[in-house]
Amino acid sequence: MSEHIASVKDYLTVYAILMVLLVATVVAAFVDLGPLNFPFSMAIAVVKAVFIILIFMHVKHNEPLVRVFAVAAFLWLAILIGLSLADYFTRGWLNIPGK
Amino acid sequence: MAETAAPHLEHSPHLAHHFETPTQQRESATLGMWTFLATEVMFFGGLFAGFIVYRFTTPQAFALSSRQLSVLLGSINTAVLLTSSLTVALAVRAGQTGDRRLQVRFLLATIVLGVIFLGIKGVEYSEEFEKQLVPGYNFSTQALNIPSDASDLVVRRTQMFFVFYFFMTGLHAFHMIIGIGVFAVIAWFASRGKYGPEYYTPIEISGLYWHFVDIVWVFLYPLLYLIDLHK
Repeated sequence: MSEHIASVKDYLTVYAILMVLLVATVVAAFVDLGPLNFPFSMAIAVVKAVFIILIFMHVKHNEPLVRVFAVAAFLWLAILIGLSLADYFTRGWLNIPGK
Repeated sequence: MAETAAPHLEHSPHLAHHFETPTQQRESATLGMWTFLATEVMFFGGLFAGFIVYRFTTPQAFALSSRQLSVLLGSINTAVLLTSSLTVALAVRAGQTGDRRLQVRFLLATIVLGVIFLGIKGVEYSEEFEKQLVPGYNFSTQALNIPSDASDLVVRRTQMFFVFYFFMTGLHAFHMIIGIGVFAVIAWFASRGKYGPEYYTPIEISGLYWHFVDIVWVFLYPLLYLIDLHK
């Protein structure tokens, strides 16, 4: 439960990590990583979000049920985006009129 | 009324009658907020999914359009928003420890950072307005430097980028305006000593909302500003 009181140091550490990741994502955007630029920037965004969710939003020290709700939200989003992309990416594979 | 009601046991003044314990009450509030945030994820998720599909079907159009955004201002705003998440987390902590002065200070700091974010966003919007990049109002591809060999589809999809840009950042800014309003009320209550270790749920819950809005921006920033910058 959020009875747990995180130390100020923990919060500052997470903040420092978030700032480092921000700099990393900007720098990486200017470097040619080939097809990896987009996945890399998204990976950094996901790591940032996970730190915010676990520490700032106290999910790490919360009820298991809250964790289930938090995971469910993003799981459904992953399904939405994953299946949409599976559709659009594979359309070119078959020569179907009106695709 | 008092005579007919069930015997009234002594309890914390913050505990509503339909809850057994303050802990159960707080857990319910947290779970309720996460339920709301799940719907918010879906709400923004549709825009994100649409954006990604368009971005990958016409990458050239989105890269060209993205160049018109200010990477510098976008990056500064990301830093501002991440900092505001820190101040919110510290405000919640001050609620847990019962430090009223720190609660008010960190909440006010968050409001100030939120206003700075919106101010910078406003500067960006006015630049894009002057470059005639507002779809449905004054959209023109003049500023975009579209190569002459670009297809009609690419030219049309540049406008689509800005439809997504204004909708997504606008919706995000709208959430921030609500958040700032909520924190103004919470800060006022905090200054009157309403929150302490026994009851800080409103700070915690509104904090969850603010962090969520921060997370939305964490994804908006690379998606909108950092498309193919290396080219």
